[in-house]
Amino acid sequence: MEQTNSQLKNQDTQSHEWDTRLHHATKATHEDWIGRGISYFCIGIIILVVASMLWFITSKGIATFTQNHVSLWKFLSGTNWAPDQGQIGALPMILGSFAVTFAAAIVATPFALGTAIFMTEISPNRGRKFLQPVIELLVGIPSVVYGFIGLAVIVPFMRHVVGGSGFGIISATFVLFVMVLPTITSMTVDSLRAVPRFYKEASLALGATRWQTVSRVILRSATSGILTAIIFGMARAFGEALAVQMVIGNAAIMPKNLISPASTLTSQLTTGIGDTIDGTLPNNALWSLALILLLMSLFFNALVRFIAKRGQLKHER
Amino acid sequence: MNKGSKLAMGIAALSILLVGCGKATSSTSSKGSSEALSGKVTAVGSTALQPLAAKAGANFTAKNSKVNLTVQGGGSGTGLSQVQAGAVSIGDSDIFAEEKDGIKADKLTDHKVAVVGMAPVVNKDAGIKNLKMAQVKKIFTGKITNWKEVGGKDQKIVIINRAQGSGTRATFENAVLKGATAIKSQEQDSNGAVQKIVSTTPGAISYLAFSYFTNKLQAVSIDNVTPTDNNVQTNKWKIWSYEHMYTKGTPDKATAAFLKYMDSKAVQNSLVKDMGYISIHDMKVTKDAKGVVTQN
Repeated sequence: MEQTNSQLKNQDTQSHEWDTRLHHATKATHEDWIGRGISYFCIGIIILVVASMLWFITSKGIATFTQNHVSLWKFLSGTNWAPDQGQIGALPMILGSFAVTFAAAIVATPFALGTAIFMTEISPNRGRKFLQPVIELLVGIPSVVYGFIGLAVIVPFMRHVVGGSGFGIISATFVLFVMVLPTITSMTVDSLRAVPRFYKEASLALGATRWQTVSRVILRSATSGILTAIIFGMARAFGEALAVQMVIGNAAIMPKNLISPASTLTSQLTTGIGDTIDGTLPNNALWSLALILLLMSLFFNALVRFIAKRGQLKHER
Repeated sequence: MNKGSKLAMGIAALSILLVGCGKATSSTSSKGSSEALSGKVTAVGSTALQPLAAKAGANFTAKNSKVNLTVQGGGSGTGLSQVQAGAVSIGDSDIFAEEKDGIKADKLTDHKVAVVGMAPVVNKDAGIKNLKMAQVKKIFTGKITNWKEVGGKDQKIVIINRAQGSGTRATFENAVLKGATAIKSQEQDSNGAVQKIVSTTPGAISYLAFSYFTNKLQAVSIDNVTPTDNNVQTNKWKIWSYEHMYTKGTPDKATAAFLKYMDSKAVQNSLVKDMGYISIHDMKVTKDAKGVVTQN
């Protein structure tokens, strides 16, 4: 009886202890809560910032169509950009932006691929010691410096070689080429490094040469990663403002060739925004250009996700 | 150790601040100003006026240490919209508020603080020193495309314009094009960029404020009138504009004092001239917002 009593008592204290353990948070749990709180708070702020930016640019950007009653089609297909006179055809800038973006990507991709293959397959050691810092250095150079070099070196060079004033899409292409090269290269390096080692080993074991292995096995299996790298490079080129503005000439006319002055969405934005009055058509039209830029960067992001998904499926099979 | 050094640095910085303040106040009191001016003045807008406003502002705050004065660029459009919105105390502009759509000029007060003359500039290779006003107009509207048509070299004309809506371009177009539309061409957004591009691009023509002339480019006379300060003062040289400081409503004490300082002899007779502007006191004519010029 006594024994059972003490047992019971023991049980009682034990259950009490369990009770406190189960129903009251420990110090570690508290830390957990605080940590979670901080991350939720930060995430919340970021979401708020992004959402308000989207809302701000969109609401300002569509004012051209809702308040000034310009038709969307006229805005996208019109070729006369003279906001002060009520003419806001944005096609020259849209074409200019796409032209420099694609041209820069086309020129930069072979160089980036070559560098990346050298760094991962041909000479990984020297690649890591020498090329990696060089590529990282290129990323760190501010765009105004690229623009200045473009203005002082590339523009006179182009004027000398191809004639004209030297300002134009081709000069912008070469400036952007150097600017997107590190982006494409470093992301391609990552995707080449991610190719499973046994692919390479199996290929070499089957008697394939190094070049056959690189071109038919490694590049093939890293295709989606390389495409992603190129698109990220294009996104950077599309959004670059300052360096392009300094060498492209900023003429809001339809680009007829690569060597005459043209303009891009970003170059028109940076030159025009200080001279316009809030709430007037010239100002709203610039916001509409900004909206196009925003939509394009969303599109680039969506494309990257789409390619990544396709790449995954392929690997699973 | 780390904390200690930080503290020491803080104390050092604080003492420098205090010493600085002490000096400034003692200098004002020695000049015998009745009461210390204080407040915050922000001037935003025209990049053409910015260097003068910044220098004058620095001199002003040296005398009135309690006034916190900041001068920023951003363009005439920014200056006018910001002062209209009440976001800044002074809106700097190269053009009359009446000339800009979306600005209610009657709500703003104009303070003209300087005059800037502008002239066409061409690349030295073109071999051009003088042009007729009609020829300048034909060049910028795209009717003349080769320098040999106006007595220069056989060289294609490369037009470098300023950004649409900029004050400099408005001034030039008012005086030269008189309502005609300029041909679409390259646009640059600063005097510095224009200066560099015209001096290095063969066949280039643009226009610049007098203070940006260098020996690497050729300033062009129009109808044999040379672009000089004296010719601007008498309106013999037609391409010039005021530099405006706009305020909305009654300016506070500090702002009013700064505007008064801008108009004082100390600024107008030395600083304005030193920095390549033309003093508002030297003008023998007055131009209104519609471009009508009257003798003083």
